[in-house]
Amino acid sequence: MTQPLLEVKNLRVEFPTRRGTLLALDDISFDIAPGEILGVVGESGAGKSLTGAAIIGLLEPPGRIAGGEIRLAGQRIDNLPYEQMRAIRGRKIGAIFQDPLTSLNPLYTIGRQLTETILTHLPMSPSQARRRAIELLQETGIPAAAQRIDQYPHQFSGGMRQRVVIALALAADPQLIVADEPTTALDVSIQAQIISLLKRLCKDHGAAVMLVTHDMGVIAETCDRVAVLYAGRVAEIGPVGDVIHRPSHPYTHGLMGSIPAMDEDRERLLQIDGAMPRLNAIPQGCAYNPRCPQVMPRCREARPELLDAGATRAACWLVNPNRVAA
Amino acid sequence: MTTLVAPLVQVRDLAKTFDVSAPWLNRVIERTPRQFVHAVDGVSFSIERGKTLALVGESGCGKSTVARLLVGLLQPTRGDVQFDGQATDAARHAGQLRQLRRRMQMIFQDPYASLNPRWKVLDIVGEPLREHGLAPTAEVLRAKVSDLLLQVGLAAADGEKFPHQFSGGQRQRISIARALATQPEFLVCDEPTSALDVSVQAQVLNIMKDLQRSRGLTYLFISHNLAVVRHVADQVGVMYLGRLVELADKAELFGHPRHPYTRMLLDAIPDIHMSGRARTPVQGEVPNPLNPPTGCAFHPRCPHANARCSAERPVLTMFQGVQVACHAVQEGRL
Repeated sequence: MTQPLLEVKNLRVEFPTRRGTLLALDDISFDIAPGEILGVVGESGAGKSLTGAAIIGLLEPPGRIAGGEIRLAGQRIDNLPYEQMRAIRGRKIGAIFQDPLTSLNPLYTIGRQLTETILTHLPMSPSQARRRAIELLQETGIPAAAQRIDQYPHQFSGGMRQRVVIALALAADPQLIVADEPTTALDVSIQAQIISLLKRLCKDHGAAVMLVTHDMGVIAETCDRVAVLYAGRVAEIGPVGDVIHRPSHPYTHGLMGSIPAMDEDRERLLQIDGAMPRLNAIPQGCAYNPRCPQVMPRCREARPELLDAGATRAACWLVNPNRVAA
Repeated sequence: MTTLVAPLVQVRDLAKTFDVSAPWLNRVIERTPRQFVHAVDGVSFSIERGKTLALVGESGCGKSTVARLLVGLLQPTRGDVQFDGQATDAARHAGQLRQLRRRMQMIFQDPYASLNPRWKVLDIVGEPLREHGLAPTAEVLRAKVSDLLLQVGLAAADGEKFPHQFSGGQRQRISIARALATQPEFLVCDEPTSALDVSVQAQVLNIMKDLQRSRGLTYLFISHNLAVVRHVADQVGVMYLGRLVELADKAELFGHPRHPYTRMLLDAIPDIHMSGRARTPVQGEVPNPLNPPTGCAFHPRCPHANARCSAERPVLTMFQGVQVACHAVQEGRL
């Protein structure tokens, strides 16, 4: 087994508020192998984007990492000083955000934004950087890249802007790309183009990807493995086919059943009653127990650990009834 | 396809043009002409009582404008809407619009923006009842609102709360309760679940289906999500740049899509059950509606386009039981 590129171990992120400290991420652990695409899914507020933000070191204060560690290629990055983290961000970790309009500076041409990133991280002359910028734009499928490089973000359409953002993320050949809902703001036909582009480029550049999305379809098509988050905890993690078709956790099962499918007819969708708990009211034991159709007394008392459940790993007392709570 | 029963909603050659010209002074100084966007350009369809017609398309294709034209939030530039055999335009002049409004209601996309944050749920859901004089006393109003809230899966006591005390899915239920208050026959739903998480979306879609069955409701369902459309619709209309390009029964449209744009859309959706399938990404993007292509609006992206497609605009015609606007399909090239 090769060393994983990214290791997240028992990560806890908390938000101190006047009414006490809210635990937004609670014991999140996973790793990503070099070249692997890991999907992170969950409903709004499950902590998907927060996990991404913690990894790239862009947690919004007062949010802070309260425990656990993040390692990139063996090096611990969660406790680095700001300036050191800045050097890693962009160089070793690239980031793609949901809204391509707000992640580009409207006052600078895209060429200036690209060359700035390249010059910051790579030993190149300005003319070399410009050539690389044009190459990157060509690679991401922007027609007439040599002319368009001097245009401003508002002159690009949504899909084209997202291509520019991908070019920016790839500018310094990072080992890991954190993509936070990269296609959510786009139309389906454009979404398909961006997903296949992201997949192809990451393969060509050998970059690993952490793909955060709420769209299971995108996960199914893109990822090797997937982690399902619920209320700041990992509910289930495993190979994408197993999680989708043979889920072990009741939440994953409910989540998959609630998605209208293209190839089967159902009169009613499987429905999970209730809503995800708020951070200040996470129930004792398993966070999913008030909504779980198969809840047992034990689920209300002790929190299940993430343990092997066939092909996947799930945090549920049903799949490992014999284990004792630690 | 055709039935003897008159459809509840009939739309003929509906069009809406928006004036997006620069201000007068700029036009004079910069010598620019007036500019118009043809948001909806000659759309015709009908919906039978108790059925659901879904309109799908990408952003800017005019689907929401159709919804707003239907309920009378916008005035059509051309064409007419008939509701239960009565032209809504004529009703406007005859002062009967109030009666019609009671029979058609709308559910909006964003449950955070469509509820007044300063009003209690009781007032929000009760407003249409008061407005249409359906609740003579405060007790009747309270009873009717409680009943409506129960029907959408909320508690009667929720009437005393404010919108911010509810989650997105619960707010959308409040919107549905408000839309149902006047006992309408026709509901226009503009992306009712796009702002919701999948598990909550399933709850809302289930409620909408149950209500349709118990009350015999007719829906116009606007969405960009084809999987959702496939779940709720009886008939599906595909829109592209203000026009319908294909209108067919659900089974036909998803089983045998005719129009190249419909095929492209179906090809583009990622499906959770096709794990690992390589899809064929479509090239190009939706053109600028200010400056639409000549002929068939889809021809710059269409793999089957020829000279005729770029010169002559295809009209929506019946072909093998479905309505499709495509030269290639009609010539048998596809």
